[in-house]
Amino acid sequence: MSVFDGLKFRRVSSPIHRLDPRVKFFYVCILFVIAVMFNQLLPLIILFIIQIPFVLIAGVRREWIRSMKGAAFLASIIFLFNFVFNYIYQVPYIGYPPPLDLIEYSFAMTFRFIVLVESFSMFFLTTSPDLLGLALEQSHVPYDFCFAFTTAVRFVPVLAEEAQTIMDAQKSRGLELEKGNFLKRIRNYIPILIPLIVSAIRRSLELAEAMESRAWGASEKRTNLYVLKLRRYDVVLIAIAVGMLVFAVYVWFFVKNIPLLTTLIPL
Amino acid sequence: MIEVKDLYFKYPSGVEALKGISLTISNGDFVAVMGQNGAGKTTLVKHFNGLLKPTKGDVLIDGVNTRSTSIAKLARNVGFVFQNPDHQLFCETVEEEVAFALRNFGFEKDVISKRVTWALNLLNLTQYRETSPFMLSGGERKRVALASVLAWDPKIVILDEPTIGQDHQQKEKLRQFIIQLREQKKTIVIVTHDVEFVAECNPHVVLMADGKIVAHGNADRILTDPSLVAKASIVPPQISQIFMRLADFGLPMNVIDVYEARKILVDFLEGSL
Repeated sequence: MSVFDGLKFRRVSSPIHRLDPRVKFFYVCILFVIAVMFNQLLPLIILFIIQIPFVLIAGVRREWIRSMKGAAFLASIIFLFNFVFNYIYQVPYIGYPPPLDLIEYSFAMTFRFIVLVESFSMFFLTTSPDLLGLALEQSHVPYDFCFAFTTAVRFVPVLAEEAQTIMDAQKSRGLELEKGNFLKRIRNYIPILIPLIVSAIRRSLELAEAMESRAWGASEKRTNLYVLKLRRYDVVLIAIAVGMLVFAVYVWFFVKNIPLLTTLIPL
Repeated sequence: MIEVKDLYFKYPSGVEALKGISLTISNGDFVAVMGQNGAGKTTLVKHFNGLLKPTKGDVLIDGVNTRSTSIAKLARNVGFVFQNPDHQLFCETVEEEVAFALRNFGFEKDVISKRVTWALNLLNLTQYRETSPFMLSGGERKRVALASVLAWDPKIVILDEPTIGQDHQQKEKLRQFIIQLREQKKTIVIVTHDVEFVAECNPHVVLMADGKIVAHGNADRILTDPSLVAKASIVPPQISQIFMRLADFGLPMNVIDVYEARKILVDFLEGSL
């Protein structure tokens, strides 16, 4: 569950929190694009490091570290798969022992995943669901979708808490989640999933009724109390993002050989 | 016996929910843990069956430290009935639901069916044996949850907010039921906000505020102490509110029982006539 901790928004104020969510999303998308453009370790590590000042300015270091820890398990699986399968595939050509650049390549793939998790976790940690909905709405996404989206985001922590209570209740009745073989362990989760799903459905019906009783969809043209406007910092971030993209595209086209870390650092 | 020794508990989020709790609950005691929201009541009782492990200090159940035992082993002796039955009901029939914990604890097949029959009978649910728990009313679901815990006959029973959403008749049944459990020498711990219910039951009260125990004693003493109830943000039971305002007439202030109140008032009126 700790991966989700990295997506939980906490209401604090920082320059990063105050940025326009559209701009932040644009920045995250650029990071995403750059991360997918390169499969060498060096640029991916740079992408990883670039985001650390943002985390520090936003004051979400603890949550961010937690989400990184949560991602560590998946990251190690990605590393293992990349390494093992590439090696098996290439072993007739390269033989034993595995060359260092294969290890570096696997690391690069792992870092790509980590950069993606890092940037999304940064985005969700510093953007309130309300602002997110507002951003969608003012990007002319139909209001129904915006509402469904923000509601979904908002109920993640509620559901996580409920899942914890249900787990406690079933453990109190002698359920041992970690007991038995693999299939048994999956089946152990049935007593948790059923109450969780039932209560989610019940909650959604209640929400629908509450919405109806507050005249959902009564007016065609909704107005908002808050209107998003670009400010100086937002323009700065756009400039940074575009600059990064331009630089990345330049490197991608004109720098033929991005140095491998293993050649940079003699072992 | 539940022994809590200088218990501190901090949630992973950093909130310190319990700050140095020491408490002993003997076998056969009936204890109500009271206090405002966020006082740490539920956090405290979740230590009794090992759902939460102390950050500092110890919790001993019949001499066994909860740190070194699994929840499943502790649960065999400590039954915990959660506030919302919907958090635990998942089976197709009430019978299955009640049998679930018995299966987890590894009871024999014939013992399970006997226990299920016994528990359903105890809570007046026999007619719903083959019904889906999701088809039942709120009060009935709560009873199924209770039956599913009592079925394995735990020595200690913890009830988290048992009176929430119950009408008066159900509360009265619950009270009778608790009396019945006490006759079986069970230790009962309830977590509640319901002062009127506590006034009717007159258990020991553990009054909590801000992660600490502020008072511990009989309900008629704790609930009638104006400074204590103010500290824990609860309102005294209505009977004692009347008696607090009648203090000028020389009437006792520590009255929470309706029958006792009637007797005192009748004596007073007859005396003054």
